Amino acid sequence: MSDRIFGLFGLLLSIGFALAAFQIEESFLSDIVGPKAFPLIIATILGISSLVIALRPDPEPTWPSLLRFVEIVAAAVVMIIYAEALPEIGFVVATAFAAAYMSWRLGSKPLEAILVGVGTSVGIYVIFHLALGLSLARGPWGF
Amino acid sequence: MDTFASLADGFAIALTWQNLALALLGCFLGTIMGALPGLGPSNGVAILIPLAFTLGLGATPSLILLTSVYYGAMYGGRISSILLNIPGDEPAMMTCLDGHPMALKGQPGEALSLSGIASFVGAFFATWGLILLAPQLVKIALLFGPAEYFALFTLAFMTLGGVSSTNQAKSAFAAALGLGLATIGVDTQTGVPRFTFGEVHLYDGLDFLVAIVGLFALSEVFIFLENRHGGSDADATKIKIGKLYPPMSMIKQTTPTMLRTSVLGFLAGVLPGAGASLGSFISYSMEKRLVDKEGTFGKGDPRGVAAPEAGNNAAAGGALVPMLALGVPGSGTTAVLLAVLLSLNITPGPLLFTQNPDVVWGLIAALFIANFMLLALNIPMVGIFTRVLMIPSRVLMPIVAMVSFVGIYGISGSSFDLLVMIGFGVMGWVLRKLDVPLVPVILGTLLGNSMENNLRRAISIDNGDWFTLIDTPLALTLWAIGIIGFIIPLFIGGKVKKQMHEKRDEEGSISD
Repeated sequence: MSDRIFGLFGLLLSIGFALAAFQIEESFLSDIVGPKAFPLIIATILGISSLVIALRPDPEPTWPSLLRFVEIVAAAVVMIIYAEALPEIGFVVATAFAAAYMSWRLGSKPLEAILVGVGTSVGIYVIFHLALGLSLARGPWGF
Repeated sequence: MDTFASLADGFAIALTWQNLALALLGCFLGTIMGALPGLGPSNGVAILIPLAFTLGLGATPSLILLTSVYYGAMYGGRISSILLNIPGDEPAMMTCLDGHPMALKGQPGEALSLSGIASFVGAFFATWGLILLAPQLVKIALLFGPAEYFALFTLAFMTLGGVSSTNQAKSAFAAALGLGLATIGVDTQTGVPRFTFGEVHLYDGLDFLVAIVGLFALSEVFIFLENRHGGSDADATKIKIGKLYPPMSMIKQTTPTMLRTSVLGFLAGVLPGAGASLGSFISYSMEKRLVDKEGTFGKGDPRGVAAPEAGNNAAAGGALVPMLALGVPGSGTTAVLLAVLLSLNITPGPLLFTQNPDVVWGLIAALFIANFMLLALNIPMVGIFTRVLMIPSRVLMPIVAMVSFVGIYGISGSSFDLLVMIGFGVMGWVLRKLDVPLVPVILGTLLGNSMENNLRRAISIDNGDWFTLIDTPLALTLWAIGIIGFIIPLFIGGKVKKQMHEKRDEEGSISD
C-alpha cells in the first residue's frame, strides 16, 4: 500500500513538475533546445518510474508506531525552531537546548541530557569558533 | 616514467607539515567514523565538507583531509564488525561473517590486526591501480564530446541503481528526483528562472552540500530517533582485545587471498555504480568458492576476514578512478568527494589531470602517506578506537546533528539553508523507509547542470538534431553499456542483493 501511495504521489509530482516546466518563460535569446526540454525529459522519467512503483509495489516497509512517528515530527519541529531561533538567541544557547532535547528523546536522563546539551554546544563553540575561527550565529550576548 | 615524475611532484606537495597534519587528522577521524555504527564514510565525509570549506582550506588540503577520512572509514568499519557483530558501515558487513566468530574464539586481537593488514594491502594496490589506470582512462575521455558526456552521465545513472537498490524503478525515480532538484534556479544558458516560484533564495539553485548533509547525516538522526536506539552496544567485556599481532603463519596463509581480492575489489570499485560494498561482497564470495575446502568460512577463518577487508579497501581506491578521470562517481562517498571538488570550483574529468596536476598527484601521494598512517593507527593503537564504541548514541547523535547544522550555517549564514537541510533530512528518512536509494538523488543534484549543458551543447552544435546523441560509435557504446547495466539487474540483481543484504543491519549506514 505504501508503494502505491508513494507512486501516486510521484505521479502527481511529475505532472506538477511538467506543468511548471511549461510555465517557464522563454527568453528571446535562447539556444535551440531551450530551458524547457530537459525538465520535461526528467518529468517523463519521474512519471514512468512512479507508475511502475505504483503498479508493482514492493513488500510493505515497517512503519513506526504512531508514537514514534510523532517523535520524528517533533524532532523536525524542534530543528525548525532551532534554525529560526539561531540568529535571535545566538549559537551557544540555541544549540544547548536543541542537543539536550535530542539527547533526552534518545533516552538520556534529564540531568545527562542537560550535560550533553551544554557539553556539545560549548565544545563546538570552543573547537570550531575559538580554535578554528568558524563564524557562528551571534546572539544578543555575543555568543 | 612520466607517471613517476608526476608522482614525485605529488609527494613534494603532500609532504608539507600542514598536509601531513590534515592527513593524520583525517585518518583518525575517519577510523572513528567508520567504527561507529550510524556514521559511515558517506555521511562522515558529508558533515566534514562544509567545515573544510569554511576553514578556508585550499583544494589540495581539503581533498587530502576528506579522502583520508574516506580511507580511514574503510579501515574503521571492521572494528565493530569483529568485536560486536554490527557492521560499522555497510562495506564492513561481510567482515562480520568470519571476524566475529574469530573474536568469539578468543582471537579478537588477531582478527583486528589481520584485517588491518588486509586493509592496507587492498588500499595500497588500489592506489597503484589508480595511478596506472586513471591516466589511460583520461586518454579515452579526451575523445569525448558533449554527446558522449551526456551518454556517460546517463550510463552512470542507469548502472547506479543496479547494486544500490532492490528495485530499478525506485532508483530511476531517485535519479530523476535528483536531476529535477538540480534544475531549480536560474537557467545557466538563457538566464530565465526555473521552478523558483518567486522565492529569491532559490534563484541560485539548491546548494548540493545542503542536500548531501540533510540526506545523509540528518536522516540518520531520524532513524535513530525512530528506533529510540540510545544506548551503546559495547560493554567493557566485549572490547577486550588481547594479543595484538597475528602469527606469521596466519599472514602467510592469507597472503594469496589478500592479493587476489585486492585485484577483484579494485575492479569492482572502478565499475560504475558498484562501490565498496560490492567489492567486499564479491571478494568474500569468490574466496569462499575458491579456497574454502574444509567449510571453515563463516566459523572464524582468517582468510574470510582478510578477503572482504582487502576487497573493500581496494574498491574504495578503485572508485576514485572514474571520479577523478571522468568526473562521474560510482559510489555514495565518491559522489560526496565530487561535491568537494565542485564546491572548490574544480571540474573533475580529463582536464583535471592537465590543468590541476598538483591536485591529482598531491592527492595520490597523500593517499599513500595516509595508508601508512592508517596502518600505524589501526594496529598498535586500535585500543583507542575500540573505546570509541562505548559512546552511547544518545550522546553521539546530538553531536552529529549539531555539527551538521554548524557546517551548513558556516557556509551561508542563512536560516533558509538550514530549513532546506531539515527538509532534505525528513525526505531522506521517508525515502530510506521506502527503500529508495539516496545515492542517485545526490548524484542527480551534483551532475544535473552539467548533464543538461552537455545535452544542449550537443544538440546546438548539430542544429537541433536530436539524433546527434547516438551519432558516434563511442556514444553508441556508452548507451549500450548503460542499457545493459540497467537491464541485467532486473534479472539477476534480486538474487545477489538478497545474499548481500542478509546480514544487513537495520541501523547500518547508508549504502556506499
